[in-house]
Amino acid sequence: MIAYTIRRLLLAIPVMVGILVVTFTLSRLIPGDPCKAMLGEKATAEVCDRFRTQYGLDKPIPVQLGIYMGNILKGDFGMSIRFSRPVTIILIERLPTTIELGLTSLMIAVLVGIPAGILSAVKRNSIIDVITMVGANIGVSMPVYWLGLILAYVFALLLKDTPFWLPPTGRLSAGVVSVPFYQVLGWDFPKESLRFHIVEFISNLYILNSLITRDWTVLKDAVQHLILPSIALSTIPLAIIARMTRSSMLEVLKQDYIRAARAKGLLRRTVIFKHAFRNALLPIVTIIGIQVGTLFAGAVLTETIFGLAGVGRILFEAITARDFPIIQAFTVVIAAGYVIANLIVDLSYVFIDPRIRLE
Amino acid sequence: MVTDLKVNSIKQKDYRSNSLWRLTLRRIFRQRSAIFGMTLLGFLILIAIFAEVIAPYDPIQPLIGIENVSKREGPCIHLFGCPKDRPQHLMGVDGNVRDQFSRVLYGSRYSLYVGFTTVSFAILVGTILGAVSGYFGGWWDNIIMRLMDVLMAFPSLLLAITIVSVLGPGLENALLAIAIVAIPVYARVVRASVLSVKEQAYVSASLALGGSHFHILLRRILPNAIPPLIVQGTLGIGTAILDAAALSFLGLGAQPPTPEWGTMLGTERNQVFTAPHLVFFPGAAIMITVLAFNLLGDGLRDAIDPRLTHQK
Repeated sequence: MIAYTIRRLLLAIPVMVGILVVTFTLSRLIPGDPCKAMLGEKATAEVCDRFRTQYGLDKPIPVQLGIYMGNILKGDFGMSIRFSRPVTIILIERLPTTIELGLTSLMIAVLVGIPAGILSAVKRNSIIDVITMVGANIGVSMPVYWLGLILAYVFALLLKDTPFWLPPTGRLSAGVVSVPFYQVLGWDFPKESLRFHIVEFISNLYILNSLITRDWTVLKDAVQHLILPSIALSTIPLAIIARMTRSSMLEVLKQDYIRAARAKGLLRRTVIFKHAFRNALLPIVTIIGIQVGTLFAGAVLTETIFGLAGVGRILFEAITARDFPIIQAFTVVIAAGYVIANLIVDLSYVFIDPRIRLE
Repeated sequence: MVTDLKVNSIKQKDYRSNSLWRLTLRRIFRQRSAIFGMTLLGFLILIAIFAEVIAPYDPIQPLIGIENVSKREGPCIHLFGCPKDRPQHLMGVDGNVRDQFSRVLYGSRYSLYVGFTTVSFAILVGTILGAVSGYFGGWWDNIIMRLMDVLMAFPSLLLAITIVSVLGPGLENALLAIAIVAIPVYARVVRASVLSVKEQAYVSASLALGGSHFHILLRRILPNAIPPLIVQGTLGIGTAILDAAALSFLGLGAQPPTPEWGTMLGTERNQVFTAPHLVFFPGAAIMITVLAFNLLGDGLRDAIDPRLTHQK
């Protein structure tokens, strides 16, 4: 299995390089001069020349690509043109927001979608089934950002003075500060070291960080801020997972061994969960892996609506501002996320179905 | 004599029930979701065609100086107790003092246009790529399918955003971006169909009879790909409409004052707390349209997919 994992990771490299080349070329094709975009229309030719030399934009595009690839291998994604800061630092700040949002949404989608699908399949053609499937159909047809706006309106305005009130924007309320766990624990690293970057990254996952530091105020606040965007982002994956669970369960439930299991007197519940669900799980897990892409795309819109400074929003802003280094780095990160998610899915097959051997 | 008659009637009956189109049509009409989707879609198409007749106001011309209404006024429906002396605005008035109802009606034109054009383009290009890839195999297959992999390893909306940034904002460019992003799905569907029939005896027979590659592909192989393409295309229209609206929402698609639903949502999104009606109706319209295509697509799939024949 380890050999398989390594081979899969190696196979992902050409795809990643392809993505890098495509985004690199595409981002260079975006009309407009980054110098003028950054320094204003009045920037003189001399200033712009210096600017281009500074960011390496004066070299031919293939040379730029070569230099860039070399730097990535060293873990250096270059400097953001717009923020004049290393892209790696910006990644450390922004990626945790999206990871938190994405994982929460995926959790909601799985925890609601799978039971709904099972229930729907077991009680086929009942009122529960009809409601679930109509709900799922509406779920996949809904614009994420529209649902987000409606949720914000309902929970932040209509339910304002009730206990159900939820904040419509941001990751934390004003005045609430998440103290990094490494400071609480008194750890100290040199600012530029890799270890510092890693703990900094972890501490930016506010929920995890507040669990480590046991700061319940921050935890409550962070969770409250995460509920609405996660619900909005989870609708489409939820609906798709529910539908897949239903059809996969229906397929399994009509098999002979299910009837045999029932006939020998096993509890209905045991048959559904131990015999049927386990065998229906394979396509469900596959579809969950595919949803990771949907989540990233939805994150652009959800983060815009809910004022979250995550990967999706910065990528969108970078594209409009022609901030090449950010576009490239974040695209690669998203693609890597996708590749890893699908690898996890393939590896999980072995645990779900012991008959599967990964070659 | 009597036996002959019997045989005849049986033959006729078999012939009728085995006609593929008849069978498929009958199955489609047995799908509740397909019928519902079709009805909804027919309704939307009628709205799009007769928008001029139905809409009480011009979708672009502000009502300033024409009527005494202020901007972002809520809906005024006479049936629900709005005073009769005030002008009726079923969905309220937008930020530029235009009748929201008329704008939502006209919006159906853009959505249907977006859906049909992008998917047609994507199917056309996808079919060519998939057919070449599957039929000729080898290097062609490798290059085309790896390129498709790169396109697919990427959230479609993000790729569309990048392409629009290259081409510049606007409805036409957004359409092109969405179409490009959708190509891999159709290329894969066609390639799979081609691969499944390429080695069949009737294809070899056609080749032996001197049929050209083009003739064999077009006449003998590609017809097999039509059913899955129809299903995928119907479902794809829904996605295309959602993506186009999202691009417009972000300011990259149709530009104001075009009455496009995504654009309408985007321009008024900060007003959600003060004028929720301006956000609610365009979004609901997008949802209903996408729902119509999804229901129809699901119904078609259940009707066309032979593996599902004995279910339900």
